[in-house]
Amino acid sequence: MDKIVVDNLTLQYTDGTESLRGVSMTIPANAITVLFGPAGGGKSSLLRCINRLNDLADVKTVSGRVLLDGVNILDPATDVVALRRKVGMVFARPVVLPFTIRGNITYGLELMGIHEAARLDEAVEQSLRLAALWDEVHERLEDPAIALSGGQQQRLCLARSLALQPEVILLDEPTSGLDPISTGKVEAALQELKKDYTIVLVPHSVQQAGRTADFAAFLLQGELVEFGVGKDLFTRPSDQRTEDYVTGRFG
Amino acid sequence: MKDPDGKSTLGDRAPEAGRRFNWGEAIITRLIQLSGYSAIVFVGLIFLFLVRQGAPALFETPLAELFGTRWYPIEGYFGVLPLLTGSLIVTVGAMAIAVPLGIGTAMFISEIAPRWVREILKPLVELLGGLPSVVLGFLGILVLSPYLRLFLDLPTGLTALAGSILLGGIALPTIVSIAEDALDAVPRAYRDAALAVGATPWQTMWGVTLPAARSGVLTAVLLGMGRAVGETMAVMMVTGNAPVLAVRLSSIVSPVRTMTATIAAEMGEVASGSPHYHVLFFIGMLLFVISLVVNVIASAVVFRQRSRSERILS
Repeated sequence: MDKIVVDNLTLQYTDGTESLRGVSMTIPANAITVLFGPAGGGKSSLLRCINRLNDLADVKTVSGRVLLDGVNILDPATDVVALRRKVGMVFARPVVLPFTIRGNITYGLELMGIHEAARLDEAVEQSLRLAALWDEVHERLEDPAIALSGGQQQRLCLARSLALQPEVILLDEPTSGLDPISTGKVEAALQELKKDYTIVLVPHSVQQAGRTADFAAFLLQGELVEFGVGKDLFTRPSDQRTEDYVTGRFG
Repeated sequence: MKDPDGKSTLGDRAPEAGRRFNWGEAIITRLIQLSGYSAIVFVGLIFLFLVRQGAPALFETPLAELFGTRWYPIEGYFGVLPLLTGSLIVTVGAMAIAVPLGIGTAMFISEIAPRWVREILKPLVELLGGLPSVVLGFLGILVLSPYLRLFLDLPTGLTALAGSILLGGIALPTIVSIAEDALDAVPRAYRDAALAVGATPWQTMWGVTLPAARSGVLTAVLLGMGRAVGETMAVMMVTGNAPVLAVRLSSIVSPVRTMTATIAAEMGEVASGSPHYHVLFFIGMLLFVISLVVNVIASAVVFRQRSRSERILS
């Protein structure tokens, strides 16, 4: 099932740095779709279109459509706040908010108007378990979140998104600052999560792309070079540029 | 690395330069040390001088009278309470105006305004901070107080309220500028993270950005308050200069007189070494202590924040 359809998406920033040119692709549900390629290729820009976080940046023009469940979310009439609850996001650097561990997870829920302690507690436990963090922190939920290690913080950010029960999770180089063990934990959590969620991941290395991808898209200088099933794309790329990048000839 | 004329810039000159550099290093270190210590010494000397001139007031005037409610220096009444309450009411009023307005402006500049508006507004606000207070006092007398008199139907517009409004305006640039710096220093990632969990821009500002910048914002408020307490010229021009005990709610629309204005107004005419002279220095001591307390609180707040985060990170 196609959860997200990107249709001829073109995006330009005011300073002309990073942009997308006529990108079209479909992102299936219940799978990990990987957007990879060298820096400046438009991976993050594409990712940030899916939850409209690009609204904040200096975008000059956006054209084309991004359909989520068949609805164009680039439509100015879209309820951006509701959209962002449906489409969670985890960033490259773990950004814990200046609250406690528990507070980080309940923040989004409280914004939605949920205040009953029982429901919040349940959501905290559930989302921490999903992010494979519960066993490590359940005894110190009231500690400041900043006290966690980098890997734990990143999984806390994942849990924070999950608490809102999104349908789609966007991850922008979520393990770029993590050690291999933490990275492994995050990746394992993602493999579990894809059963229930649509996951779009910008990996921080080609190797991670290869490890995690069910589907993969290779973006180069704002252009979608190739999109396909992960295995095929990394073993038998059809485009010469993809092959050169995957085999490490450039990038 | 080679110079255009072919001399090596690193290999040949380095050892010699190194030796000379050490001399310069030592001298500069001493100079910096000296200027650092001199700042402390000067503050100490100023305080000593204040105490030397002000302390006799404690012996010449009975304590009960010194903290009495009447200030008629000509008849020998040296009660500083009217001046203390005058300063207090004007400062509290000024803060009531400047804090919400200042933080609001800072939030607007840092979070809402588009970049070009921000690039005009920030220097403009800082320019406002450089206006001589006499000029503002002039505006206060000619524009502000007549309006106040008309609108509030008062016998005179030269009141604590006029002083508060003017002082609020004087403290505003300090608060805006420092609070904006603090808000601006909050990592962009915090905002992204809050928005990504479905916060509205306002919820992000109020719930995440402002709390994350709270120590800087608090410093801004306290420094603004320090500016307001110490301001002399503008308040002297618009508060009506009546040393009346200001304890009722209606005092805000009556003339008052602040401690700073009293010193400025009376110091020129007082006989050196007289009880009046010593009481004026005693008021100076009080001001010194007040601003010391404000500053200590400010740095304690900042320090507590820092030590807390250090504790967390360790």
